[in-house]
Amino acid sequence: MDAFIQYTAQGLAAGGFYALAALGLAVIFGALNVVNFAHGAFYMLGAVLTAVLLDVAGINFWVALVLVPVILFGFGIIIERLLVQWLLGLDNLYSFLLTFGISLVLVDVIKIRYGVSGLPYGQPPGLEGLIRIGAVQLPVYQVFVFVFSVLVCLGVWLLLAKTRVGVIVRAATEEPERARALGINVGLWVTPVFGFGVALAGIAGVLAAPFRAITATMGSSFIIILFAIVVIGGLGSILGSVVAGFLVGLVEAYGQGYASTFSQIIIFVLMAVVILVRPAGLFGRKESA
Amino acid sequence: MFEISGLSAHYGEAAALHDVSLTVGRGEVVTLVGRNGAGKTTLLRCAMGLHRDSVGAITFDGARVEQLSPDRRAKAGIGWVPDDRGIYSTLTVFENLTLPPVVSKEAWSLDRIFEAFPALRNRRSSMGTQLSGGEQQMLAIARVLRSGAKLLLLDEPSEGLAPVIVQQIGHIIREAKASGTSILLVEQNVKFAATVADRHYILAEGRVVESLDNSEFQRREGELLVHLGL
Repeated sequence: MDAFIQYTAQGLAAGGFYALAALGLAVIFGALNVVNFAHGAFYMLGAVLTAVLLDVAGINFWVALVLVPVILFGFGIIIERLLVQWLLGLDNLYSFLLTFGISLVLVDVIKIRYGVSGLPYGQPPGLEGLIRIGAVQLPVYQVFVFVFSVLVCLGVWLLLAKTRVGVIVRAATEEPERARALGINVGLWVTPVFGFGVALAGIAGVLAAPFRAITATMGSSFIIILFAIVVIGGLGSILGSVVAGFLVGLVEAYGQGYASTFSQIIIFVLMAVVILVRPAGLFGRKESA
Repeated sequence: MFEISGLSAHYGEAAALHDVSLTVGRGEVVTLVGRNGAGKTTLLRCAMGLHRDSVGAITFDGARVEQLSPDRRAKAGIGWVPDDRGIYSTLTVFENLTLPPVVSKEAWSLDRIFEAFPALRNRRSSMGTQLSGGEQQMLAIARVLRSGAKLLLLDEPSEGLAPVIVQQIGHIIREAKASGTSILLVEQNVKFAATVADRHYILAEGRVVESLDNSEFQRREGELLVHLGL
């Protein structure tokens, strides 16, 4: 039972940054119809930047948690203006290939600069040690990651559900041409939404820094799991990406705990089952004609 | 206040409109009548800037608009009510209603909207596509009135609706007209068109074949029904 609670805590923490990153992927797909293959690389950049900022400038975890997403938001805007925007009218295979290329470049740049062995990162100040919950002791950091990512997801939901910006983004996502005919300059919203999605990947990267190996290639396996999450949750579904993010985090943790031989494939078995039972994903809407 | 002249439009190789010219005056209700495929919806899409493959001059409120993007035309005061009503399923009724920016002083206040469309007041928190077809049509019209559009492009607002709802829509059209709004109405329902319009253009195979005032239109209604196969 104690083991089960520990795996659950691990799963919810991992699920937290899966959910954040998948949310970013879903927002970008929804508003731009871009399947952003570079999302794993942006997540990696978030983690690397967190480690480098501490090493070079002594910037601690808490400041990085604010600063890194802001930097990645700006980086996302530059990438969108410079590269992605030119392919938006075309089949989304083109932007998929473009972002695949972007991810290869980013990974290699980081490899050349920082090598392939991991960058060190300690426990964030104030989040060291264990916390006793009932009969089990859990790392404080895991609990923090879970709570923080739930809060960010909630914040994004409030932004989309309750604000004028959210109304416009939802309208532009559902039917961009109609939104234009109603006087909304859809193009104006596309760039910040892309930056916002990249920033979410960046937050996931910051959260991952203290308990994952920080390497240039950390995003490569991450993006594969992210795509599995997005397929399970339903492509473009905001709620689906969050729920599936936590679900996959849990499944992965139980897999590692109880059936470590199969832990790598168990997520993809889950994905295959979801595709068989609900091809559009758990929260996906059927493709409209 | 609205004038199209020499408008031609294509879908790939196929021509959809040939050298169409028409005018709508201030506070005037003008219909476009014609069979399915005559080019009525294409003409409205051209007026809104949604059909790229077209040439011709479009003047609105004294300015040329054919080079403007759809959102700029909407901000200039052209309000489009598409044939499928264009209600967003991910937005509530209220969010649908307030989505377009207010573009002129003539914009209807929310109070006036809810007075004219009482059904919308009670359902303002429902999701847009939970409304009945008639209510969705009301919402689509209310949405452009709330934005203060000076020209409404209505694409078959009476289609598939119960007679009592069609009467309500007729009432709204007359109220909008009375406050100076111009309306270009695409209709297949000739009887309904005759109750609201000042003038009519008959469109066939992408050309304006006749232009009639309402008394002549009513006098020749039987003949037109046969001619149009409506």
